[in-house]
Amino acid sequence: MGRTIVPIGPYHPLQEEPEFFSLTVEGERVVDIDVRIGYNHRGIEKLSERKNFDQSTFVIERICGICSTSHPFAYTRAVEDIFPMDVPERAKYIRTIIAEGERIHSHLLWLGLAGHFLGYNTVYMWVWKLREEILDAMEILSGNRNNYAMFKPGGVRRDIKESDIPDVLRKVESIVGTLEMLRDAIMDDPVIHARTKGVGVLTKEKSIEFSALGPTSRASGVARDVRKDSPYAVYDRLDWDMIVTQNGDVFDKVVVRVLEMLESVKIIRACLLNLPGGEIDAKIKNVPPGEGVGHIEAPRGETFHYVRSDGTNRPVRHKVRAPTFMNLPTYKATVVGETISDATIILAAIDPCYCCTERMAVRDVDGARLYDGQDLIRLSQLKTERLRKELGFGS
Amino acid sequence: MTREEVLKDIRSKFEGEILDFCDKSPHRVYMEIRPEAIVPMASHLFLDLGARFNIASGMDMMDRIEILYHHTLEDLNLMISLRVRLDRDNPEIDSMGAKLEAYNWIEREIAEILGVRFRGHPDMRHLLLADNWPDGVYPLRQDYEEWDPSAIRDRGV
Repeated sequence: MGRTIVPIGPYHPLQEEPEFFSLTVEGERVVDIDVRIGYNHRGIEKLSERKNFDQSTFVIERICGICSTSHPFAYTRAVEDIFPMDVPERAKYIRTIIAEGERIHSHLLWLGLAGHFLGYNTVYMWVWKLREEILDAMEILSGNRNNYAMFKPGGVRRDIKESDIPDVLRKVESIVGTLEMLRDAIMDDPVIHARTKGVGVLTKEKSIEFSALGPTSRASGVARDVRKDSPYAVYDRLDWDMIVTQNGDVFDKVVVRVLEMLESVKIIRACLLNLPGGEIDAKIKNVPPGEGVGHIEAPRGETFHYVRSDGTNRPVRHKVRAPTFMNLPTYKATVVGETISDATIILAAIDPCYCCTERMAVRDVDGARLYDGQDLIRLSQLKTERLRKELGFGS
Repeated sequence: MTREEVLKDIRSKFEGEILDFCDKSPHRVYMEIRPEAIVPMASHLFLDLGARFNIASGMDMMDRIEILYHHTLEDLNLMISLRVRLDRDNPEIDSMGAKLEAYNWIEREIAEILGVRFRGHPDMRHLLLADNWPDGVYPLRQDYEEWDPSAIRDRGV
């Protein structure tokens, strides 16, 4: 049978970020696959080296819109790892609450998209509606639905008001009923089973070989979770379970994420009810020369930051590794041999996030914007006008 | 194995290869090793001791190129970072990506942003940089200068 190359991207028909997959197919079967990323490279590592330690927190918060807490969390831990220091207890609890809230809304976002990829738009609509509750809770806590700006080396920037706790708790717990309904629906739904069971299997051996992370590895039976393996914040003091399943297919990746959200609700609840009093910031004055590593469990897996200080007020090296960097290469093991119609959901099953993987930046010249919204609308109108003329439509 | 047994095992197996040993904290150990030893040592950590490869981080120190290979032993909550120093004018090291998939992409990244040559790497195409990026220009070197007059990178933002 002849081979055909099917290009997907760089503008992905489903996902929002640019990436280019080149699928080599024989009939419906994928026999080879290659990926090209880098369309969004912003050079944030280089940028961060020119900011001071506090400013860097804000720059790297903008690496990803979904994981806007994972990166500052890993970064602040890396800075705190350079020299011996203690973060105040209350700050640890607040950090845990924000990180778990982010996990829930990130998993919900993915679950909605997964439904959409499968052509199951009811799931998509339901789940995204549910996600609003969590975003509201996060807005109460931080003042924003996303990009919370809660972290700083040494603690957190913003306290939680006692009077807000009941509202946040109510919002977070309100999703449990719907989540349980969704969990049962997914376990029972024959369409979801048919589309995801036995599809895109990542075996345990391959998962280890690729050093896959987060739900991608836990769905393959590899019990790997930074929150358990290298406990940070207050995870080792709370009662929660690591979700591990054995089959490694898309279905198991769905199940892991759905069950994890229920655990996250438990964690947030325990933190809010046991929030200790006291300071929220250790007030770091200087960062001495040295190097530090910070790694935390983001929704997609371990986020890893390495920071080197030379004693000045800015990092001389700041390495960022997002989980997708380790998870994306597993496509080599999961897509080949599957049908082209399943390739989309398999590639989506790792919850890829290219913006993080490429760590891109910021482009203003001398502080001035190149284009603002109005300019873009004008350009688009000019183009439409030109096309109309070229194609002979009436003006 | 306990933390002490693991560290003793590594130190006895690779006695001549370890140039500097820094037991920084209960969860962090840094070892500077001879660059020639990277494949046997990383393989020992990954395959025999069951460590997970976190990532490698490269850095231009002006007088040398330094790469740290971070590995985590999850059962012990211990991160072992192997440090190698390479000649800045001709940075070369054996590829781990040729042996284990986990190391593949990061070596491609370090090759293009710092100009390190990984001997034996199976796929040295660009990973993050554009295909028309000129050869021999490495954006994370300290002396990097903008080469493209039309680019809006590096204007002091």
